[in-house]
Amino acid sequence: MPVTHTNTPAPLASTTPWQDKMQVWLPKLILSPTIVVTLICVYGFVIWTGLLSFTKSRFLPQFDFVGWRQYERLLNNDRWITACENLLIFGGLFIAICLLIGVLLAIFLDQKIQQEGMIRTIYLYPMALSFIVTGTAWKWILNPGLGLENLVHQMGFTDFKFDWLVNSDMAVYTLVIAAVWQSSGFVMALFLAGLRGIDSSIINAAQIDGASKPRIYWSIILPCLRPVFFSAIIILSHLAIKSFDLVTALTSGGPGYSSDLPALFMYSHSFTRGQMGLGAASAIMMLAGILAILVPYLYSELRGKRNA
Amino acid sequence: MKLKTLFLAMTFAAGSATAGEVEVLHWWTSGGEAKSVAVLKQMMEQQGHSWKDFAVAGGGGESAMTVLKTRVVSGNAPTAAQIKGHDIQEWAELDYLANLDTVAKKEGWEQSVPSVVTDIMKYDSHYVAVPVNVHRVNWLWANPAAFKKAGATIPTNLDEFFVAADKLKAAGIIPLAQGGQPWQEATLFEAVALEILGSADYRKAFVDHDMAVLKGKKMVEALTIFKKMKGYTDQAASGRDWNIATNMVITGQAGMQIMGDWAKGEFIAAGKKPGVDFVCVPAPGTQGQFTFNVDSFAMFKQKDKGAMAAQNDLAKTILTPEFQEVFNLNKGSIPVRTDMDLSKFDQCALDSMDTFKASATSGDLVPSFAHGMATTSAIQGAMYDVLTNYYNSDNISAQDTANLLADVVEDAM
Repeated sequence: MPVTHTNTPAPLASTTPWQDKMQVWLPKLILSPTIVVTLICVYGFVIWTGLLSFTKSRFLPQFDFVGWRQYERLLNNDRWITACENLLIFGGLFIAICLLIGVLLAIFLDQKIQQEGMIRTIYLYPMALSFIVTGTAWKWILNPGLGLENLVHQMGFTDFKFDWLVNSDMAVYTLVIAAVWQSSGFVMALFLAGLRGIDSSIINAAQIDGASKPRIYWSIILPCLRPVFFSAIIILSHLAIKSFDLVTALTSGGPGYSSDLPALFMYSHSFTRGQMGLGAASAIMMLAGILAILVPYLYSELRGKRNA
Repeated sequence: MKLKTLFLAMTFAAGSATAGEVEVLHWWTSGGEAKSVAVLKQMMEQQGHSWKDFAVAGGGGESAMTVLKTRVVSGNAPTAAQIKGHDIQEWAELDYLANLDTVAKKEGWEQSVPSVVTDIMKYDSHYVAVPVNVHRVNWLWANPAAFKKAGATIPTNLDEFFVAADKLKAAGIIPLAQGGQPWQEATLFEAVALEILGSADYRKAFVDHDMAVLKGKKMVEALTIFKKMKGYTDQAASGRDWNIATNMVITGQAGMQIMGDWAKGEFIAAGKKPGVDFVCVPAPGTQGQFTFNVDSFAMFKQKDKGAMAAQNDLAKTILTPEFQEVFNLNKGSIPVRTDMDLSKFDQCALDSMDTFKASATSGDLVPSFAHGMATTSAIQGAMYDVLTNYYNSDNISAQDTANLLADVVEDAM
């Protein structure tokens, strides 16, 4: 037995620990640059911004700490309040309308119609455009002197009025129109994929039980799509919160600052107005807002999944 | 400080013999402006220095400023950067700017440039920047053909302005071409406020930030007239650029525009003649008053001796009558030197120069707050917000706006 004893375990003994080590370390090694970059560029800069928000930095970063002063100024700032209200209006309507249109389109497309591929592409195409293009195009369409209103006037209906873009009470809704136009096709694609993934035997069973079609959709299919709703809401809400290019192109926050959004506020105060402290405070407030909404939602959704 | 001055003096004494490189950050990239910069480059190269162009286009310099901040913070400042108005003070306060006293003294800037302008170029009474040109902001540009068609006369005061505007409106012409951007609205308001408040109170409100004047009766009156003017603009103004608005006056689609003299460049570029195809008159009621907007180059501290010499030569060159003439002919503005031969300039520029000289002594030469001359960018931004919100919203009264104006200015101070 001395031969086998020395021969067989020898290669095992020399390779296994090395392979084991590799198996343990290789993924970590490969992930580490990303982790370092993320730590510095995301969390590091979040902390850096947080620090700046407690200083009186104006033009360039400086470190004279002033406590909560920048936050007080922010909450007294009429433009900031308007921007936050706009975000609620814009975000709420954008998410709700996109979901509604997306689900409906997906259900209609799912009825095994002809030319589905082509129709799907038509609805999905706006997503391929950048928000800057969408914003500029809608700016022309909605401009009363150039676009829709002018067109209808030329057709002879001179009483027609559609001046939302230049009306400070309505300008924020034009953002909703443009954003919904761009994103609802994408939501449709998400739901379509979800619908295709539902086991048809459940639906067949319901049909045998005599359930009507709306009833099947409402009580069986939509509840099955819960994970799709989850992803759609997460994607849409981050689109809404970081929305910057669309506002810049469509209204530039105007008329006045009536369609301003927090991201625009942050940019203009930090980088063009030399109020870096105030800008940093607004960035931290945005972060806090996102966390306050998303963390409980993520928590409840992910925990629900684990239990199920 | 003495040592530094001495050191600077020594490098300057070495003078043009030491050649260096100048890197100039600017955002003059369009037509006439680019031509003007090319002239400066040529003049510097004639003196044996090399020129490194650092042009960052777009956004009225916003993108350029972002680049500049990054460069300066990383310890790699350019020789000179196009920085104007109150921002010069901010940069100097952070101790990034070079001292130009020696070259200023040698070239006699004090004698040739009005003190209102040189004050902006100094920090702690030392020169840190060089003025390039003077824009007059309170101009009214009018299309005489449109006025003739409407049977109106070109207004010289606010009452006449509204009479003329009504006639233009009746003739189907947009009376006032306006672009819906906060700085353009502030430019319009500034012209009205200058007339209603007068030069002294204008200064109190927008330079010294006297709360009583900011929320005073006159301010409310100025705001009311400002809002009344909106009724004479067209609806599609929202987000429109200034040059598009100027173009409306050029084509006769609109009758008038209240805008600084950079608008002249648009008329000239369209082949129009001053006094014939278009008319320049002071904004209603502001004859003899002059809201100035001065472009300037701030000079950053340099480590290299050759670069310092080149920097001083750059400063000197910018204020030479030769460069001032070529540059301002291209740019539509007037020279900052008051001792120059102006025979090549047109009537608008000559009028501007006369008023500039006269108002410099009468106290009617005031800094434009809409163009960063009067106050910090923080206060300017806060005032923009209040004004644009008032102009565009129907839910806020003139009195509330005046109170708000005082509040935001106090907060941003």
